[in-house]
Amino acid sequence: MNWELLPQSIINGILTGGVYGLIALGVVLIYKSSEVFNFAQGHLLMLGAFITWWFAGADETGEELLNLNLGFAVIAALIVIFLLGFLVERLALRPMTGQPLLSIVLMTLGMALLIEGLVSIVFGINVKPNFPAPISRIEMFKIPFEYQYNGIIFVQKLRLAAFLVAMFLVIVIGLFFRYTRIGLAMRATSEDHELALSAGINVPRIFGFSWAFAGVIATAGGVLLAMLTGASLTLSTVVLVAFPAILLGGFGIFPRGDHWWHCSWISYRNCQDIHRD
Amino acid sequence: MLKINNIEVIYSDVILVLRGVSLEIEQGKIVTVLGANGAGKTTTLKAISGLLRTQEGDITRGSIELDGQRIDKLSPEEIVRRGIIQVLEGRRLFSHLTVEENLQVGAIPSGVSRAKERENIEMVYNYFPRLKDMSRKTSGYLSGGEQQMVVISRGLMAQPRLMLLDEPSIGLAPMLVNEIFEIIKKINQESGVTILLVEQNARVALDIADYAYVMENGRVVLDGPADQLAENEDIKEFYLGLTQVGERKSYRDVKHYKRRKRWLG
Repeated sequence: MNWELLPQSIINGILTGGVYGLIALGVVLIYKSSEVFNFAQGHLLMLGAFITWWFAGADETGEELLNLNLGFAVIAALIVIFLLGFLVERLALRPMTGQPLLSIVLMTLGMALLIEGLVSIVFGINVKPNFPAPISRIEMFKIPFEYQYNGIIFVQKLRLAAFLVAMFLVIVIGLFFRYTRIGLAMRATSEDHELALSAGINVPRIFGFSWAFAGVIATAGGVLLAMLTGASLTLSTVVLVAFPAILLGGFGIFPRGDHWWHCSWISYRNCQDIHRD
Repeated sequence: MLKINNIEVIYSDVILVLRGVSLEIEQGKIVTVLGANGAGKTTTLKAISGLLRTQEGDITRGSIELDGQRIDKLSPEEIVRRGIIQVLEGRRLFSHLTVEENLQVGAIPSGVSRAKERENIEMVYNYFPRLKDMSRKTSGYLSGGEQQMVVISRGLMAQPRLMLLDEPSIGLAPMLVNEIFEIIKKINQESGVTILLVEQNARVALDIADYAYVMENGRVVLDGPADQLAENEDIKEFYLGLTQVGERKSYRDVKHYKRRKRWLG
């Protein structure tokens, strides 16, 4: 092992890890609000990246697609995914109300396959290396560091920017949950569905919102990653990499609301038994 | 105001819980429903608030009317918007949220402005001054009595016309029970909120109520003005635990199943 490469790896790890943290938030959001572990989260992310690419980029032959400004493209993609989130709740989740939890979890697995199939039909299976980025991928900060191989740590400017944007979004999401009514309603619903219903909260709509927001978060993460690596079908697997982030942080998105996920699983089973009585 | 006409409720398509319950609640009154465990009191409340469907319960016969309009097919949040809020049994609150956040959740369905919400929170603190000092505390760490206060306050935040209270006295010390019931009475008198109170603690319930129903086995077996019911021999014996003072009784006299038989009809 060449220890001289470690400092560089740590820097890269932290920067990319920030984006993974953001991505993990999307999984946790759906889990907390509806107890469903969303296997399609990675595919939502990939889909979001592809839609952004479609709005902004050119395909591999160099032919221009919509060629929107990147900022507009991202906003357009976010809107599409946001609406898609509600659609998922309406078309896929609501008909399954009352079904065993495992069926719903497996439904998300099916949805993942569906998205992957549709994306490869519509956008093709090739990697899209020409994903637009605001800063060139080869621009670097060079930090002298004597223990590093060659004495210089390279910090990709784009990667740093992605990290900062991800952290900014995490903070915004935190503030959203703390200070807005819909955020408060989502926190309340995540704690006790029946109680939330009795308090007059429209719980199905909250589920829709959590899918929509999870999609938005996934898209943001997907765009940040696609800027670094290009859009490809394998983007969907980064959620697997985000798992450690989820487990380390606990399944609680909300302060004080954290459980380890298996504990939540067990307590969920108990709740279900109680409700059946 | 609220009329329940002969409803029948079945859980999971097989378990018959209510077999023809009729209640009538007049505007501005406190009405109490007494009964033992399993009599169907909570089910009656959930039938009104629409929560039944989340538990695979269904109203198979009869109707529920609010001011002449049927509400038994509406969703829970729609029923809350029409002014009926149910306060669930067992002090269930959003335990990870602070006291004030719990109150804010209560205000969500009413859709009032932030300023009005603030005003309502102050109004609630007037009824429960103790909560004011704890507004920033996580509600799960409060004592039982304080939690019950939070739960009732959260109900009030929806600006209801009718509040369904499910056993607010459960698991509380007698002194606290008196305090909370006094506040319930005060809320009823000052804000004009009609209250349907389900209780096992017949003494305190009859004390503040105007009218009372007694349920057994999914039926209403007795009803009348609360003060008259408090004098009823059966109520005295079975619910208030009173007998003729100074009179000796033998076991032969307390074959209560004989007397209950009359109620089972």
